[in-house]
Amino acid sequence: MEKLKYERPVIKKLNAGIMNKFGMRTEFTPHTHIEGVAVKDIISKFGSPVFVISERQIRKNYQQAVRSFRTRYPKVQFAWSYKTNYMNAVCKVFHQEGSWAEVVSGFEYHKALGNGVPGNKIIFNGPDKREEEIILAINNDSLIHVDHFDELFLLMEIVEKMDKRPRVAIRVNMDTGIYPMWDRFGFNYENGQAWNAINKIMASEKLELVGLHSHIGTFMLSTAAYAVATSKLCDLAFNFNKKFGKAIQYLDLGGGFPSSNTLKGAYLPGADTVPSIDEFAEAITSTVLNYGFKQQELPLLILETGRALIDDAGFLLGSVLATKRLSDGRRATILDFGVNILFTSFWYDHKITPAQEFSHHTEDMVLFGPLCMNIDVVRETVNLPLLQKGDQVVVHKVGAYNMTQWMQFISMRPSIIMIDENESMHQIRKPETLAYLESLENIPEHLQQIKL
Amino acid sequence: MKLKSNIATSESGFVFNPTSGDSYSANSVAAEIMLLLKENNSIREINQIMLSRYEVDSSHFEKDLDDFIAQLRDQNLLEL
Ligand SMILES: Cc1ncc(COP(=O)(O)O)c(C=O)c1O
Repeated sequence: MEKLKYERPVIKKLNAGIMNKFGMRTEFTPHTHIEGVAVKDIISKFGSPVFVISERQIRKNYQQAVRSFRTRYPKVQFAWSYKTNYMNAVCKVFHQEGSWAEVVSGFEYHKALGNGVPGNKIIFNGPDKREEEIILAINNDSLIHVDHFDELFLLMEIVEKMDKRPRVAIRVNMDTGIYPMWDRFGFNYENGQAWNAINKIMASEKLELVGLHSHIGTFMLSTAAYAVATSKLCDLAFNFNKKFGKAIQYLDLGGGFPSSNTLKGAYLPGADTVPSIDEFAEAITSTVLNYGFKQQELPLLILETGRALIDDAGFLLGSVLATKRLSDGRRATILDFGVNILFTSFWYDHKITPAQEFSHHTEDMVLFGPLCMNIDVVRETVNLPLLQKGDQVVVHKVGAYNMTQWMQFISMRPSIIMIDENESMHQIRKPETLAYLESLENIPEHLQQIKL
Repeated sequence: MKLKSNIATSESGFVFNPTSGDSYSANSVAAEIMLLLKENNSIREINQIMLSRYEVDSSHFEKDLDDFIAQLRDQNLLEL
């Protein structure tokens, strides 16, 4: 007699009609393929856990975002925010699509150069630009976005010794009605600091002020905040034109559009609540268009959108290591990845689905990573089918910030695979090895020998 | 180990505790174990029966059965 398919025995209390605190949704529709490639094939070839990126999805996101802006405004340029995901293969997809580079460190700057981005299409942001990096950026005619007065004075000192007139912008922070206000970056609008910086730049005559930049925050849920930010930048540009008789060439509204992830503590899933890029585009472009610029002086609009362009193109595949019951009876599932490589589980309730078929029975459970620490919680509560050791899961929308903020802690960082538009797999980053990690270490002579 | 005598179980996995008014849904493996418990089978017998019927190895099932008994105890469905 053929044996029956086994499933772990479980009973679940029925609370008729009451929505439980875990929400109404259960994620038991299995996600067996990514862009036509079977999850189990990816894992058997590249191991578990493994990050997977869909090239097709990146291109689609990019093209849609560009369309949202270009159908509303004549001059638009995107610059890929390197920190969001600086795997070279990922950056190259954006650059092939026409995106410039936005970097915030010398390291990222060199990465962009290495990826073939012409110096004059690199935007150099951030509070940490070293003297030699500034000199390089000046020589490459990059767009240097000044963050603070110390940097402005350093820049002026540097150009004294150079026969160049660097193109600069200032980063402006402002009250957009959003709390907390990101006022540690750039020059403040309301207290006149930004206007003061503009005047210093113009007085020096050594720098060419070409743009105004703001980045008001990340995962912003308010389109109105962008309208406020845009109008404050327009106001500066207008006053600049009035006083100096020149047009500001571009307004850079930074990044900050949300992806469709669900923020921790949010009452409803992100996919149902976050505004679309179209809505942000409408708020920004209508503000500029209605501000009263002369047609020929309309500034170029630059966007440094990060997470909204890449989050849903990234997946993390992993496996169940064990299941157990906690002292209070809750089910705990231990996965082979934790907050070390899924940094964004601190911010999001990531959607996680099984990668194989199950019955319709589900359990509420906590998902833990494999690290030996309390904070290693991937989901505090989630309703999933009856997972057991060896089962595979798919974490969705992990393309932003994980592959840059991941930590090498306790275990090594895994492979990253890109699936191209023809459904072929490419390993775009190898898994780390002990030798790779230890290649940077050095053991002093007197510690070479141990005897136990 | 015995299920409380007044607990109603069905083969489809519907479980009802008339004392508390709580109802439960059990998956098919769980429903079968509950029927076996009701019929006064010992844990050893349940082990044997289930291993002969289902595609599962004994150490795996033993762990799950322990776990399931704990679930029943948590829900107050076992005779003390
Ligand atoms: C200056 C700047 N631009 C762009 C971004 C990208 O932001 P996001 O991923 O929220 O779109 C960031 C992120 O911190 C940033 O600091």
